[in-house]
Amino acid sequence: VRSNNILGKSLLALLSSDKIDESVWDEVEETLLLADLGTEPTMQLVDALRERVKILGTRTPEQVKALLREELIKLVDPTMDRALRTDRHADKPAVVLVVGVNGVGKTTTVGKLARVLVAEDKDVLLGAADTFRAAAAEQLATWGQRVGVPTVKSDVDGADPASVAYEAVKAGIDQEVDVVMIDTAGRLQNKTGLMDELGKVKRVIEKLAEVDEVLLVLDATTGQNGLNQARVFSEVVNITGIVLTKLDGTAKGGIVVAIQKSLGVPVKLIGLGEGADDLAPFEVEGFVDALLN
Amino acid sequence: MFNSLSDRLTATFKNLRGKGRLTEADVDATVREIRRALLDADVAVPVVREFTARVRERALGAEVSGALNPSQQIVKIVNEELVEILGGETRRIRLAKTGPTIIMLAGLQGAGKTTLAGKLAKWLKAQGHSPLLVACDLQRPNAVTQLQVVGNRAGVPVFAPHPGATSELEHPAGDPVAVARAGVEEARQKLHDVVIVDTAGRLGVDAEMMEQASEIRRAIVPNEVLFVIDAMIGQDAVNTAVAFDEGVNFTGIVLSKLDGDARGGAALSVASVTGKPVMFASTGEGVDDFELFHPDRMASRILDMGDVLTLIEQA
Ligand SMILES: Nc1nc2c(ncn2[C@@H]2O[C@H](COP(=O)(O)OP(=O)(O)OP(=O)(O)O)[C@@H](O)[C@H]2O)c(=O)[nH]1
Ligand SMILES: Nc1nc2c(ncn2[C@@H]2O[C@H](COP(=O)(O)OP(=O)(O)OP(=O)(O)O)[C@@H](O)[C@H]2O)c(=O)[nH]1
Ligand SMILES: [Mg+2]
Ligand SMILES: [Mg+2]
Repeated sequence: VRSNNILGKSLLALLSSDKIDESVWDEVEETLLLADLGTEPTMQLVDALRERVKILGTRTPEQVKALLREELIKLVDPTMDRALRTDRHADKPAVVLVVGVNGVGKTTTVGKLARVLVAEDKDVLLGAADTFRAAAAEQLATWGQRVGVPTVKSDVDGADPASVAYEAVKAGIDQEVDVVMIDTAGRLQNKTGLMDELGKVKRVIEKLAEVDEVLLVLDATTGQNGLNQARVFSEVVNITGIVLTKLDGTAKGGIVVAIQKSLGVPVKLIGLGEGADDLAPFEVEGFVDALLN
Repeated sequence: MFNSLSDRLTATFKNLRGKGRLTEADVDATVREIRRALLDADVAVPVVREFTARVRERALGAEVSGALNPSQQIVKIVNEELVEILGGETRRIRLAKTGPTIIMLAGLQGAGKTTLAGKLAKWLKAQGHSPLLVACDLQRPNAVTQLQVVGNRAGVPVFAPHPGATSELEHPAGDPVAVARAGVEEARQKLHDVVIVDTAGRLGVDAEMMEQASEIRRAIVPNEVLFVIDAMIGQDAVNTAVAFDEGVNFTGIVLSKLDGDARGGAALSVASVTGKPVMFASTGEGVDDFELFHPDRMASRILDMGDVLTLIEQA
């Protein structure tokens, strides 16, 4: 069962009552807050909606329902370019760097995305630049085996992640693959040492090839801290897209709304499970409908 | 984007300064700021509602005290209520009277269970126990290898009769319930006095996986079931905590990744909704980054209370 608000009534059921009074607006606010939209975007949205309802003289619940959905869709912005840049350049592979805080689903996303690219007939190579967490490289290599692509990793525990990334991209260039995907260690954005290390990983790769995508993986259960995450990672490695994982649970991932708005970085993919096929493109309407239900 | 609570309360307090008594409107204005701060700290909506209602009631009924002005009184009330929900004193691990003490870990994917298993093991070992780690996550690729590495770092043996998901196989063949049971048996035979059972991450809504966790619990009858939850979690904390409480009836909470800059409102949500105590804080990736939970520190963190307490001195 998808989550309802605390009174057990869904928002839509509420709006079906034929009077739009204060308690209805409270419930609208609550629904948005419960989706992790955050207080500021929620208040803005409610204000905008109230204004429109006033101007339009809307009275029927059906219309208000449609207006809220419309406002949200506008906010999440269907016009953003959400295409992944994974096409090989003339003489070099496309490079995708995957980053994020601990445990959000980076390694799993690399595995799933490799599967998608293989299905598009691309030659893919994985680089295990998480040399830190216990068995991280093995985990990635297992994903590589699952989807039938090779993994470059270091045999030394605690090797320099930048040099593993370098070796992987170099191997990708030599082997003329289409895409090299680099998995990195989870790191909290307030650890400056680890963030500097990530910046170095990217710079070292750029000595060999352009980095086409820097994907920030964000766990849908994340609350308001998600905005800090996106902001700091963006400063350090200039993220080009967001992957919102674990949407198969009850969390709505509403923090991405504020992230997209303040950083202009689109959500490109969503994670829907632990299996190799549980990755899908982000769709604004589907996201908004799930958020309201 | 977010101003801290102290900033917002400063503004509110300015208007209150010099007043001998709080009007209902004063209290409401302050409570509104507190509500906003709690929401910004990711405290769950229903918990915020209950909490602010209680603070409001107490603030309105508060005796006018000589030592504190009215706004200071509200802050004091907020602090007291927070610490109350978070639990006044930290509860220690319940040890078994006979046979090994069995500790089961459960939680969402990526919450920090496996890492915690190593930390707990090392901590208990330092206290003279001889723990055994049991690898029951046969699902996540190389979870078993991960626990072995972690056990190695903690200097504690790992019971791992099944390799788990290490091949191209999507669905692992091993039975985590059987591994858990065998792990406890192994501990008995090898005279380990603590068994720590690491389990796969699972979602609250995954009925099949939740049933598997219940089965593990029934099979080993643990002394403690620790629910590990990421301090960065938002509003979903309530759904998840309720689902795990129903599924495995956990006995204590561990808040992980507290070394980050999340305000950690989840601590309040989960403790308030389940009534279970937060026992430990996980504060890093290393095997020693682990401490007993401190409710007072958490209260300051959630509400940025350090600043606020300084502030009431100026108010
Ligand atoms: N339900 C669900 N679980 C997921 C999803 N993506 C990843 N996971 C699980 O989340 C856990 C962590 O995933 P990883 O891919 O190891 O995450 P990570 O970001 O690489 O973690 P670190 O490298 O340790 O920082 C694993 O148990 C995954 O199976 C998803 O979309 N849905
Ligand atoms: N910074 C920080 N990272 C942590 C902490 N606890 C765990 N981690 C990291 O979070 C990630 C996930 O930790 P795991 O112990 O693998 O989590 P898990 O709950 O066992 O994950 P699954 O088995 O996939 O469900 C890893 O990168 C850990 O190093 C912590 O307290 N602080
Ligand atoms: Mg990883
Ligand atoms: Mg684990």
